[in-house]
Amino acid sequence: MTPVQGLFLVTALAAVLSAIMVVTSPRLVHAALWLIVTLAAVAVLFILLDAAFLAMVQIVVYIGAIAILIIFTVMLTRRVMADTGPQMNRLWWLAAFIGLVLFGALVALLAQMPSWWTATPPAATESFELIVQDLGLSLVDLDRYIIPFEVASVLLLAALIGSIVLARPPADDLETGEGE
Amino acid sequence: MISDPFTWFGDLLREFLVGLGLTTAQATGLMQFLGAGALATAVLVLTFLLIWVERKVLARIQDRLGPNRVGPFGLLQTIADALKLLSKEIIIPSGADKVVYFLAPPLAVMSVVGLWAVIPLAPNLVGTDINVAAIYLISITAIGTLAIMLAGWSSNNKYALLGAFRTVAMLISYEVPMVLALLVPTMLAGSMGTVAIVEAQREMWFVVLAPLAALVFFISSMAEAGKAPFDLLEAESEIVAGYNIEYSSMAFGMFFVGEFLHGFTLAALTVTLFLGGWLGPFVDQYTWLGLIYFFGKTAIVYFAVIWIRGTLPRLRIDQVNAFNWKFLVPLALVVVMVTAVADKLAADLGWNRTLTMILANAVMFAGIVVSVQLYARRERRRIEAAVPASAGTARLESAS
Repeated sequence: MTPVQGLFLVTALAAVLSAIMVVTSPRLVHAALWLIVTLAAVAVLFILLDAAFLAMVQIVVYIGAIAILIIFTVMLTRRVMADTGPQMNRLWWLAAFIGLVLFGALVALLAQMPSWWTATPPAATESFELIVQDLGLSLVDLDRYIIPFEVASVLLLAALIGSIVLARPPADDLETGEGE
Repeated sequence: MISDPFTWFGDLLREFLVGLGLTTAQATGLMQFLGAGALATAVLVLTFLLIWVERKVLARIQDRLGPNRVGPFGLLQTIADALKLLSKEIIIPSGADKVVYFLAPPLAVMSVVGLWAVIPLAPNLVGTDINVAAIYLISITAIGTLAIMLAGWSSNNKYALLGAFRTVAMLISYEVPMVLALLVPTMLAGSMGTVAIVEAQREMWFVVLAPLAALVFFISSMAEAGKAPFDLLEAESEIVAGYNIEYSSMAFGMFFVGEFLHGFTLAALTVTLFLGGWLGPFVDQYTWLGLIYFFGKTAIVYFAVIWIRGTLPRLRIDQVNAFNWKFLVPLALVVVMVTAVADKLAADLGWNRTLTMILANAVMFAGIVVSVQLYARRERRRIEAAVPASAGTARLESAS
């Protein structure tokens, strides 16, 4: 076993274990903190795959957002410091079933890849700049990812506008509230 | 050896380690560890001096003497303060989340020290030259925000939590114009690596090519560092001390160190990205001059930071957020777009790059002045209309 493989095993194990902690820890803020460990471990996996750009984006986008997640946790739950209610509700079996089906589907998809059992993936021959350039181009290429990319943008925009509409006070409040 | 002491010293150390029986790869790896340790230690020791400088300059601005008892010019005051802090008891508030409570202070320091890893101090003297340095800077900043949230939450104190909420709201907001302004040097240099960005400023510093982006970056990183007028995360008069209210001893000391170091770090980042980093006359013959240029420029920017801190009063949270979302973010968006188009046009049509960029920035600046004037006029009208009818009409009549 090479050092890189050892590192991969350790990180993958950390990612899975902390992911389990995310769903089992009784305190919501602790769950958010375990989520950081999971996401950081995935970032390390990206670095092991020579995708430093993705690793950094992973940290910016996901770990950077954990602070906001904690704010929402605190604001949306009652007595967050001490709240330890039951962790399961009646539908736990349905969630477990869906999780298993998704896992099976992913494994089935992966098994179709030709190099599934061969240990060496095709080495990245291009330089870092070319790979990132290719990533950027593929997001505006009609044949590749432009449609998912734009759909995701519209979805995010809708979420933004929706939250503004929800947070905005009613119209009559606005008029009387702001005149100082 | 005289012309490039850093490479010379690096080679010397590597030869010594190889002489001890290590392979070259092992020696390089060990040197990276040593370098990281040395850089972090140097930066933290530097903080002792920075705290003294900041207190002294602030005192002069406020017509006081500042620290002047311990050591010459009060230089050792910070060390005395640190020793006193060390001798204090570490108090854990009841109901605090112990692990998280003690995780937050080191994270806060790490998030600032970590920024120094990609700042080129001189030619051939940089922690690590990664090609995604710009994104690395943003991601490390995000971890600082997280540390403040953890501190506020784990203290089990309402003031701490309120302070943390304010801070996170402000830091996340000001990250947007900061990232957008960071895009401009990245575009002008054609690389996200800090070393490449410094090298690309050989022809002309980016502060000349993109003065507005430099200003937006400077203002929003002032907010990221929580320096006045953006220091409402620890507004003493409103929320006592904010997120660090429950911390004592060295746990508080760490937040303190991180905060003071952040002021200097933001100056160093501004110098690296917009003021040419270590560039200066004769720097290619004598690389150690780069260190002097870099720290000289950084000291000047740092003085501006303290100056602003000593001059401007603290803003309210709604003012801070309105300034960001209604002014800085739209401005940063326009700056990014105009810079991209102008730079491309200048390159394609063979125009003078510097002149084109200065012209584009002048046009944008005129646009800012006009739109701010229009906004101010509308705002005055609105306030006059809201004043009770008799007073309002009287004033309107006299105005017309």
